[in-house]
Amino acid sequence: MQTTPGGVLLPLALVLPVAGMLVALPLGARYARVVALSLLPAGLALALAICTMVVRTQSPLVYLVGGWAPPLGIALRADGISAAMLVTAALVLCGVGVYARDVYVTPPGTAEQRAPLAFWTLLLALWGALVAAFIGGDLFNLFVALEMLAFAALALACLDGRPSQFTAELRYLLFALLGSVLYLLGCALLYGTYGTLDVALLSMLSRADAPTIVAAALMTVGLLGKTALLPLHLWLPPAHAGAPPAASALLSAVVVKAAFFLLLRLWFGALADVAFVQGAQLLALLGAAAIVIGSVLALAQTRLKMLVAYSTVAQIGYLFLMFPLVTADPAASAWTGGMLQAISHALAKAAMFLSVGLLAEAMGHDRIDGLAGMARTAPRSVIAFALGGMTLMGLPPSGGFTAKWLLLQTAIATGQWWWSLVILVGGLLTGSYVYRVLQSALSEPPPDAAARPAMPAGRENAALGLAVISFVLGLLPLAAFGLLQIGRLGPGGA
Amino acid sequence: MEEVIAPSRLFGLAAAALIGLGLFGVVVNPAPLRKVLAFNLIGAGTFLLFGVVGRRGAATGYGADPVPQALVITGVVVAFAATAIAVMLVVRLFQTTGAATLADDGAYAGDNAERDRDTPS
Repeated sequence: MQTTPGGVLLPLALVLPVAGMLVALPLGARYARVVALSLLPAGLALALAICTMVVRTQSPLVYLVGGWAPPLGIALRADGISAAMLVTAALVLCGVGVYARDVYVTPPGTAEQRAPLAFWTLLLALWGALVAAFIGGDLFNLFVALEMLAFAALALACLDGRPSQFTAELRYLLFALLGSVLYLLGCALLYGTYGTLDVALLSMLSRADAPTIVAAALMTVGLLGKTALLPLHLWLPPAHAGAPPAASALLSAVVVKAAFFLLLRLWFGALADVAFVQGAQLLALLGAAAIVIGSVLALAQTRLKMLVAYSTVAQIGYLFLMFPLVTADPAASAWTGGMLQAISHALAKAAMFLSVGLLAEAMGHDRIDGLAGMARTAPRSVIAFALGGMTLMGLPPSGGFTAKWLLLQTAIATGQWWWSLVILVGGLLTGSYVYRVLQSALSEPPPDAAARPAMPAGRENAALGLAVISFVLGLLPLAAFGLLQIGRLGPGGA
Repeated sequence: MEEVIAPSRLFGLAAAALIGLGLFGVVVNPAPLRKVLAFNLIGAGTFLLFGVVGRRGAATGYGADPVPQALVITGVVVAFAATAIAVMLVVRLFQTTGAATLADDGAYAGDNAERDRDTPS
């Protein structure tokens, strides 16, 4: 393994946010905002550059830190899915940056507050941790990335300092801590068995013996807790719904995806040659339960933010349907479908949380039955919510449609038709709860609606922009998603 | 005198016992501070296991492998930071609400009156 041409982009992508955070902290709230807002577009450009390099060379970018090759050294590695997730995360971060530009601002002549400084510094910290999680090539490095991510996300989520936030975030932290320590325990067992934690090396060495299976089980359970798959989802709705809108968008869109990404690294990277057929079926079963139960619970919510949070629980379920499908048929379509679901959900859910935040701010509450007339007061926010909802439902031409179509197709092609039923039922339930919100928002406005203040245009556009990107993702030709296949390890790899 | 049990096996069993005790504590105790302490117990067991792995030399063939030591040092720092954040949250929770337990699940989902005060107005 050697550093590839263009590999130097990887440490650069990592250094950019971390350096920004270190510079922003002593400069204070005013300049922290400037630093963060000027670095975010640079980060997007860098992510696109990495993406272009991966597509051009049709092979993963590798950077060996200090020139030391694994197993002794640590490799940064960006394959197709890393590049795609980097771009997704950069888009979401930019959208949230535009949204938060007018929220966490220190007007000239006023004293600096704690919240804006904390927000912008933590945003940079979160960004750095995400990049580390997406390009890490070593299971222990991924553990550190996951921990940094949890700390940054947690602090962002209780930024307002309300009592209910502390309860929700403490519960989130306990899940996260238990998850990460189980992951670390698995790392210890894998290191004891193979003498390396490098993902690419492990993919060649791994075999299905007792320590490997125990390690895989421990790490999977730990990561499921962080991804909030159904029986371990209890922390997610209050934590995501209680956070400020900008933080909710990041938590639901990209933070849970990072834990899922690590699970992919483990199952289809480090342990790619060890097929856990029953394990994959169990994960999909939990995913199916999450789709149905999460959607029904979303339908039962009276609060808009809780509805969107439960919809995250349901949509995460779809991600796990790809495990038995990829195990049964390592070819392209299930893999592309699962990743596309992760990407389109990230963009759509960020848009939905931002628009819900705007609606709640305009109304002074977030009760669904109090939404009447909001389509007239805040048309752009409602459209952003609707477009995001259509992606979640899987209506063409959204990215969610392509994702669910590919999963459906593979389910039938590999003779696992029962998963296709779950996908269809989940789509109907999603349609129902999105319709409930839209029906309320489109109904006749109450008499006092005219007194509602005008909506902040910049923030509405941020939500709308993300929703539009998630919606038009399905218009890309299917060949464009060949990116997701580049550098796959194990049976599905080239 | 013959060794009754190999040191690496003894420490391995001790690590397993610590992890088991910690896991029990995390699941059973409702008080967040005790959960945090139990989490540290699991962490200690995991680090001990890394020590055993290092002593055995893993697959590298050395007398003792230095890599697990580096991993443990990083792990200890991370666990320390995690504990600090958790304790800070517990203290803030106690300061704002007087509650020292997570047993009340209805704080957010059920109580509309409290939620009304929570939402921005």
